[in-house]
Amino acid sequence: MGIDFVIEKFILVIALFAISLLIAMYSTYAERKVAAFLQDRLGPDRAGPFGILQPLADGVKMFMKEEIIPANANKWLFMVGPGLAMLCACIGTAVIPWGQDMMVGDRLVKLQVTDINVGLLYIFGVISLGVYGVMIGGWASNNKYSLLSAIRAASQNISYEIAMGLSIIALLLVTNSLSLREIVAQQHGWHWNVIYQPLGFIIFMVCAFAETNRAPFDLPECEAELNGGYHMEYSSMKLGFYLFAEYINMFVSSTVMAALYFGGYNYPGMDYMATVLGPTWAPLFGTLIFFLKIFAFIFFFMWVRWTIPRFRYDQLMNLGWKGLIPLAIANIVITGIVIAIVNKF
Amino acid sequence: MESLSNKKKVLVSKPLSLAERMYLPAIASGLSTTIGHFFKKPATVKYPEQEREFSINWRGMHSLKRDEQGRERCTACGLCALSCPAEAITMIAAERKNDEKHLYREEKYASVYEINMLRCIFCGLCEEACPKEAIYLDGPIVPADYLRKDFIYGKDKLVEAPLESVLEVK
Repeated sequence: MGIDFVIEKFILVIALFAISLLIAMYSTYAERKVAAFLQDRLGPDRAGPFGILQPLADGVKMFMKEEIIPANANKWLFMVGPGLAMLCACIGTAVIPWGQDMMVGDRLVKLQVTDINVGLLYIFGVISLGVYGVMIGGWASNNKYSLLSAIRAASQNISYEIAMGLSIIALLLVTNSLSLREIVAQQHGWHWNVIYQPLGFIIFMVCAFAETNRAPFDLPECEAELNGGYHMEYSSMKLGFYLFAEYINMFVSSTVMAALYFGGYNYPGMDYMATVLGPTWAPLFGTLIFFLKIFAFIFFFMWVRWTIPRFRYDQLMNLGWKGLIPLAIANIVITGIVIAIVNKF
Repeated sequence: MESLSNKKKVLVSKPLSLAERMYLPAIASGLSTTIGHFFKKPATVKYPEQEREFSINWRGMHSLKRDEQGRERCTACGLCALSCPAEAITMIAAERKNDEKHLYREEKYASVYEINMLRCIFCGLCEEACPKEAIYLDGPIVPADYLRKDFIYGKDKLVEAPLESVLEVK
């Protein structure tokens, strides 16, 4: 482990950070475009060709806005909130295996920042931490709507984390590993986990929608009842951070779903492609496939947002506690029985 | 009682069926509806570059007409201003001098004629009231501006350009 190792990881971290931010940036643009197309409109098309510079214009706008901190707000926490939301959103991608080991010259490069053997738990921890940004921001604003929104966000995230965790337990029964690298490597070719865990995938996906506060579970940002929710008092780039963190979270959730259930960098015919492209380019091609899957999920997030109306709060809680959790438990039991039977014969 | 119009619908509130409680079939049909719109042609008209065709009875900006010899038709009778429900039109009448016969058709003309485009509701009553066929709402959309005073259109903007045939004779 020499200086070359540090440089390699440093490049990987920088690249990953840049890619996350870039994707989040263009998710805002894509969201507006997708929304427009789903509603027979054109969407932003003024800044640059097809409006491609719109995210830059939005960013400049955010920076130029006046920054207001409410007089009775807790100033320190008010500033920590958006930063924490952003931090938690950004560190999630560290344990994702982006591709197979790649040969650069005669050096074997792992396309993963760190392979910790409890990578899945790490992801869960980071996702759970994400709600602290919302909670701290909502509390520090000293505004009853923000506080209500923060409480909603907290209870929603806690409720759906349980179902999410239970759906993951069924996945663990299949994979026998918590390491993301191991889980993705097992799904070689077309052996994607979604084939073995379709119900688990649906539960996981619904919970991912709830954890990222995306529609139809965007109750913390409810305009009708909460005037915008936890980021109501925020302005300028602090608001920008909250909105941005949501898009990074969406990217991370899409990545996790693609890695856990849709094979990550694996695709049918990958062995053939490996012989054609060689040990340097084949893993990169796999990474490209991985990103296509991620983009498909991001598109699905947006598609759902412009289709399904927001759930009522009691519907949300009913679905979480009375719907998804029993289903997830049933899924664990059925998976366990099937695995026991398969192992017996 | 029996419904005579046959339009009466009796509402029955029954508990949701299992499929409805699962949400998923309804979500799937909703998703298929929205993705259908994804591939439809957008209804947007890119306005400044591209203008929608107006119908033949479209009422846009006013224009004060000239007769076939290029003289202003308006005689400042004030009927348009009286008929205007929005009080958008004002004018000051003046008497035609002898050397102005080629400019104005009648002995009396409007030396100042102003329409406040912020007040105007484009109802077309001035057009109907005019006995001299001097005002028509046949122009384009009134353009946007920054200051209120710039929306008060005087004769410089309202009177239509002199006829080309008249200009050529001179």
